[in-house]
Amino acid sequence: MALLEVKDLKVRVEEREILHGLTLTVNEGEIHAIMGPNGSGKSTLSHVIAGKPGYEVTDGQILFKGEDLLEMAPEERAAKGVFLAFQYPVEIPGVTTMNFLRTALNAQRKARGETELMVPDFLKKVREVSKSLNIPQDMLKRGVNVGFSGGEKKRNEVLQMALFEPSLCILDEMDSGLDIDALRIAADGVNALHSPKRAMVVITHYQRLLNYIVPDIVHVMSKGRVVKSGGKELALELEASGYAQFEDAA
Amino acid sequence: MPAVQETVERVKRIDVDQYRYGFETLIESEKAPRGLSEETVKFISEKKNEPAWMLQWRLEAYRRWLTMTEPTWARVDYPKIDFQDLYYYAAPKPKKTINSLDEIDPEILKTYEKLGIPLREVAMLEGVEPKPGEEDPNRRKIAVDAVFDSVSVATTFKAELMKAGVIFMPISEAIREHPELVQKYLGSVVPTSDNFYATLNSAVFSDGSFVYVPPGVRCPMELSTYFRINERNTGQFERTLIIADKGSYVSYLEGCTAPQRDENQLHAAVVELVAHDDAEIKYSTVQNWYPGNSEGKGGIYNFVTKRGDCRGDRSKISWTQVETGSAITWKYPSCILRGDNSSGEFYSIAISNGYQQVDSGTKMIHLGKNTSSRIISKGIAAGKSQNTYRGLVTAHRKATGARNFTACDSLLIGDKCGAHTVPYIEAKNSSATFEHEATTSKISEDVLFYCIQRGLSQEEAVGLVVNGFVKDVLQQLPMEFAVEAQKLISISLEGSVG
Ligand SMILES: Nc1ncnc2c1ncn2[C@@H]1O[C@H](COP(=O)(O)OP(=O)(O)OP(=O)(O)O)[C@@H](O)[C@H]1O
Ligand SMILES: [Mg+2]
Repeated sequence: MALLEVKDLKVRVEEREILHGLTLTVNEGEIHAIMGPNGSGKSTLSHVIAGKPGYEVTDGQILFKGEDLLEMAPEERAAKGVFLAFQYPVEIPGVTTMNFLRTALNAQRKARGETELMVPDFLKKVREVSKSLNIPQDMLKRGVNVGFSGGEKKRNEVLQMALFEPSLCILDEMDSGLDIDALRIAADGVNALHSPKRAMVVITHYQRLLNYIVPDIVHVMSKGRVVKSGGKELALELEASGYAQFEDAA
Repeated sequence: MPAVQETVERVKRIDVDQYRYGFETLIESEKAPRGLSEETVKFISEKKNEPAWMLQWRLEAYRRWLTMTEPTWARVDYPKIDFQDLYYYAAPKPKKTINSLDEIDPEILKTYEKLGIPLREVAMLEGVEPKPGEEDPNRRKIAVDAVFDSVSVATTFKAELMKAGVIFMPISEAIREHPELVQKYLGSVVPTSDNFYATLNSAVFSDGSFVYVPPGVRCPMELSTYFRINERNTGQFERTLIIADKGSYVSYLEGCTAPQRDENQLHAAVVELVAHDDAEIKYSTVQNWYPGNSEGKGGIYNFVTKRGDCRGDRSKISWTQVETGSAITWKYPSCILRGDNSSGEFYSIAISNGYQQVDSGTKMIHLGKNTSSRIISKGIAAGKSQNTYRGLVTAHRKATGARNFTACDSLLIGDKCGAHTVPYIEAKNSSATFEHEATTSKISEDVLFYCIQRGLSQEEAVGLVVNGFVKDVLQQLPMEFAVEAQKLISISLEGSVG
């Protein structure tokens, strides 16, 4: 079943069109990779799906579980299961990671009409997940991402993903800035979340990540469009010959 | 429930009229005639059965006040106050002693209910004696001296404090019962001639709290006062005097909420603290006077003089304040570091929204040797408000080894507000080390979106980020106040974004 359907999406930022009619369908249980040169609009797509202000959708639509996603407030999208692991996670001084996780989780649960998670259950869950991601407990007592290394920030994104159990995970360059070991840990974390009901959209520049998170479908984006889709071998092809061959297609 | 979550819940419950505490209590009250004259001063003094020396003290202040002019250096702007158009005294009709809650004026009970004060506490506030065996020993003790309008209507925990030798009572009572203490200390920190508003207060102060902690005594409970302004057009002139004798300790909490009204109200309080050798006073305030409506109409004018005198060696005074209310705030809780090795602290959160104007800060005056002071100020400006931090740090010629650390951070929400930092630093001897750090930042769209992507609404996100920003200061507050303050912070930022 289609989880996410992006149809002929046109998006402007400050009077300039960035996405020029982008189409993408992601089914439940699938892993998609999106590759493409700098500035081709990958982050823009992820922001529009998550509902970041400042983008004007001039045409096309986005359906999530059959519902019009563009009609929903961004926090509503989150509660419905859209998760974006940011390319550049922000720092929130004075708000401990633990407090942030709990506040966010309960906000989502409340929006879904669920009860708050009891503190002991919550703590147990956080402990389990953070352990599997090699995140030390005292990191959770620090301000959200404050003084975290690049790798720690990315792992913190995966931690949240594991905790919130979203149905659509968009990972924007989660491999950037990670050393080989950190990459494997984060990728293992992502793989552990793979399930028949959950889909992943992995944005990356490097085929290397796709050795760990193996995609069902690879898309090539160029100049605001998906210009080619194929199997995981497409990533290898790109690695060998670069994006130039697709520029004309766009 | 974690405090932040509670903040979020609370914000959700706010109705259209955000100011929940904006209501009036219809109780009969006794007023002085409108305007200010020697007659008014005599009327107030007489109402309070004051001794002759007190009346003289007031009259001297009044005569002095006539020669003074309103200060204009603060970054606040308001129409001229007609001091002859105000009432200077209002008191609820005297009450008989009561034995149960049923006997209390239902209007007053309703007020407490809206303020969210549990009935159990109302019983204490209103002086209903608990039945034997009803006392819960696990309950954290807070003695509450309720200032309902201008007269302290009840004082609780009196007996237990008495046992420790602590005197905690309305200052009007202290003037009659402990004249030697009051005469010795009143005006010794803030002299009657100090400044326009303090002098006015000295002439017409209505009531307030008096605390004396004897040598070596650690006050067995937090002392707390709820202030309310209740009569239309009645200036509120609180007077508080706290004395910590040698080696003693006391923590005093002050909190207030005020009824909503159209006309501006003048509030000019004076608080004096005296700490002798090795004594420590911790004074915490959560201030939530009516800030005015969404057009900037109405709201309290808050001109406060708060000063602590670290009179003894190794004494310590600590001010913590959370300022969210008032149309105009003019307030600089200060420490005079007179004793050698004495120390002063100022922790402040000042929030302005709508058309509020805040000009607040502190003064640390280093006179003794090896004195130290610490200032942590967090200003948050939203809406069309103006938020100024004004701080003075000075070291006297003889204050060798004086040390100060100041960190002054401002956060802007939106682009129609302003934050300003005005530090004055003077070191008259070379051994002083003063450090000053200041930052101004805007609440970042990326940070807000990050929170929203994780499921928080815009308002919840702002609440969370702001509570993070002020965390260092919130931690200085006693627990129950920290929770209350967090709620206030979110309430006062309602509607500041989007
Ligand atoms: N807020 C903005 N204002 C103006 N231009 C913008 C804005 N956001 C994105 N753009 C432009 O849109 C284009 C696409 O940017 P986007 O960040 O989506 O690219 P990307 O594919 O994620 O690139 P990278 O691989 O470098 O992360 C770029 O040309 C960028 O400059
Ligand atoms: Mg990008």
